[in-house]
Amino acid sequence: MELERLRKVFRNSLEIPNELPVDDLEYRGSAQWDSLAHMSLVAAIEDEFEVMLDTDEVIDLSSFHRAQQILEKHGVVLAD
Amino acid sequence: MLTDVFTLPQPDKEKQLRDELNALVSHHRRSCPPYARIMDALDVSEEAPTVAELPWLPVRLFKTKKLVSVPEDQVIRVLTSSGTTGAVSRIHLDRAAASTQSRMLARTLATVLGPRRLPMLVVEGRGVVGDRRSYSARGAGALGMVNFGRDHHWLLDADGRPDVEALRAFLDRHGRAPFLIFGFTFMVWSYLYEVACEHGLDLSQGILVHSGGWKKLADRAVDNTEFRRRFGVDTGLTRIHNFYGMVEQIGTVFLEGPEGGSLYCPDFADVIIRDPVTWQEAPVGTPGVIEVLSTLPTSYPGHVLLTEDLGVVHGIDDGNWPGKRFSVLGRLPRAEARGCSDTYQGGTP
Repeated sequence: MELERLRKVFRNSLEIPNELPVDDLEYRGSAQWDSLAHMSLVAAIEDEFEVMLDTDEVIDLSSFHRAQQILEKHGVVLAD
Repeated sequence: MLTDVFTLPQPDKEKQLRDELNALVSHHRRSCPPYARIMDALDVSEEAPTVAELPWLPVRLFKTKKLVSVPEDQVIRVLTSSGTTGAVSRIHLDRAAASTQSRMLARTLATVLGPRRLPMLVVEGRGVVGDRRSYSARGAGALGMVNFGRDHHWLLDADGRPDVEALRAFLDRHGRAPFLIFGFTFMVWSYLYEVACEHGLDLSQGILVHSGGWKKLADRAVDNTEFRRRFGVDTGLTRIHNFYGMVEQIGTVFLEGPEGGSLYCPDFADVIIRDPVTWQEAPVGTPGVIEVLSTLPTSYPGHVLLTEDLGVVHGIDDGNWPGKRFSVLGRLPRAEARGCSDTYQGGTP
């Protein structure tokens, strides 16, 4: 369920339709996820999971999978 | 002040850079045929014994030649310089180079900002990043910085005027703890300084990072010293860091130290000031043309570049941080007129 929350944040921030998968997304791998969208995505992740990411983590957040790992580091459990 | 990229005394740095840059010369010769032809024509046959003897390219070459050292299908970003006239530079990044440049920029700026993302005031309008298909150099510069902040507030409204009430609201919310201010030098002076003075706003907790040159402020008799002095006296803002960088060495910035007045080179970069007649290295205190060296350019041969800027080294291993400390004095008289914001772009993951 939690992982679905993260998928939803990605879909909303990057304007990706519901029927498309987001688990394999990579930063700059698609037109939707550019540096401007990255800013909104980070803000949305922070709001949704009530965490505050450091600069290193924002730069490191280069894929859906990395986002999952970073959140887990912050103690957010993202079981599917 | 915590830093991990302003650590090497000059002799140590020169040894390290010489070896790493010699390796980059070989790498680009193997991977970029036009670069190899230039090296052949210059008769570069062996490793340079000192950093000053490394072969340089004029920065202008990136405007006329496609210089790239990775296969076409590996390029994920092409950056362009602004250039108010004529051709623009095109800089090709693969995934590794794009990632390295943003990491090293972050480590450089963390020296003055710390690891946390601070509330951020951008001295631009949101519209500067409005058109996602084509950012201006100013838009790209602002976007390159947004990763370092949170709760971004854009100072200018849709008509390009400072939004004083929104600024007050930002300061009410964030002004009592460190916050980040980013902008181009001319914009920061014309909008933030004037508004802060007029309305008596307190910027004493701000950390200003700015770039872009002083040419547009010369007619107001504002140079770096005056800029710092008046911000301090009139708004309380004293943590001010100018920086110098260019898209042709994306991710590398030369950063003003805490006491102001000098730019410092991170461990992976350096400057050499050259006499424009003999091309020999100019002594400390003697102005000349700025050559910039950096180990970051791996996907294009931008590792040793002769710029079109004039500068002067003030001292070596005698300032706030180790290494050379220098100032940029302006453009070479015959250089193409370029935009004031023609600095680095991008700076994102």
